[in-house]
Amino acid sequence: MHQTVNRMELHKGIDPGSRYSKALLEKILLEDIEHLSFMEVCGTHTMAISRFGIRRALAGKIELHSGPGCPVCVTDDAEIDLAIRMAGEFKATLCTFGDMMRVPGSSSSLLMEKAMGSRVVVVYSPLYALDIARQEDRQIVFLAVGFETTVPSIALTIMRTKQEGVKNLSFLSLNKVIPPALNFLCENREVRIDGFILPGHVSTVIGVKPYEFIPRRFGIPCVISGFEQADILSSILMLMDQNKRGEPEVRDQYFRGVRREGNLKAQEVIEEVFEPCDSRWRGIGMLPLSGLKLKDKYKDFDAMERFNVKPQVVYSSQVKRACKCGEVLIARIKPPQCPLFAVSCDPEHPVGPCMVSTEGTCAAYYKYERAGV
Amino acid sequence: MCLAIPAKILNRRQDNISKVDFGGVIKEVDVTLVPEASVGDYVLVHAGFAIGVVEEKEALETLELLRQMAEQSDASDGEQDGAS
Repeated sequence: MHQTVNRMELHKGIDPGSRYSKALLEKILLEDIEHLSFMEVCGTHTMAISRFGIRRALAGKIELHSGPGCPVCVTDDAEIDLAIRMAGEFKATLCTFGDMMRVPGSSSSLLMEKAMGSRVVVVYSPLYALDIARQEDRQIVFLAVGFETTVPSIALTIMRTKQEGVKNLSFLSLNKVIPPALNFLCENREVRIDGFILPGHVSTVIGVKPYEFIPRRFGIPCVISGFEQADILSSILMLMDQNKRGEPEVRDQYFRGVRREGNLKAQEVIEEVFEPCDSRWRGIGMLPLSGLKLKDKYKDFDAMERFNVKPQVVYSSQVKRACKCGEVLIARIKPPQCPLFAVSCDPEHPVGPCMVSTEGTCAAYYKYERAGV
Repeated sequence: MCLAIPAKILNRRQDNISKVDFGGVIKEVDVTLVPEASVGDYVLVHAGFAIGVVEEKEALETLELLRQMAEQSDASDGEQDGAS
């Protein structure tokens, strides 16, 4: 108990949470189970764990790893290159979420291309790309990046584009789905995983069922978690409990935002527009059926079909090969173990996507968990 | 990137575009994906679309948390990437 109180005192400064969070933290530290190792696969969880000092507060008791949970970070060089070609070689207006602007491809980024004269427009919603297409004659391409949270919005926009007969808008679908990545992580464990903290808003869309293979086939406990400090601490407690009982299952801590069956309407529009395809993940490589491509009936709106292009595997420069984002994404290393981290790679001058993305693991460590921060 | 922000539905129209209130900021969002939501309900909004209904308590707590994070972020770096 004494040790716990000291630890609480030690972390007073980095735990601005409520009394409830403090009670949860204390309960975790008092649990008679040690050395568990959990992984989250959601950029928002990555940031929250770093920001609230949860990793440090639990060090020695629970180890927390970050997995490939940020769609920006897992987008491959070759896929960024394709977006750059759309705006450059094919002279389309490329509409993208802001997070993608600075993500490096093999030799450039959308931000650099924009500075060189390419038409790249940051949009908050795919609907804005449709608005632009209605008003302009030139080709508009929407860079469709995101997990299941984002995919229904894109699918609905594609349906509208077809319904309205808008001919000059197409979609470069780099969308990915989470369960195949979780399967990869279970089959190729770089670190011990005694539990997954699963993403709340992805689960709002897909529900609980797509994760059930994890406890069933791999015996690994899962908890779908909300995003606040108390949510994450509760989820950790729930994972500890499952480990103690030896009864792995998928539990839902974020029941306020997730229904067991997910959002059926959202699943219906995804199913209407997209079908699974193999997709390349940064740090992992090609994962079977982990991406989404437009179904045949929507192929007129598929930018790869329209411009007859495919992602090409590219040769990376020496400095880019020194970047360890791929290993960070599968938790083989932690960001400070990358030779570039905080030396030649920082949020002002990021080399890899985990530092570029505001929800990347390297950005989270840089901001909140760097030595001396 | 997968963070959805809670907002209160202020009206419902035939075209499924609703005015919603993000803790004081009013915007129009597409509510096609939440047919069950009515005026006064809180929804999770992501990329211009409501993707799920959420309890009021959760919504208010999250809005407060986001407000704190925005303040802290403004204070620390004064820079914000485009939302997605």
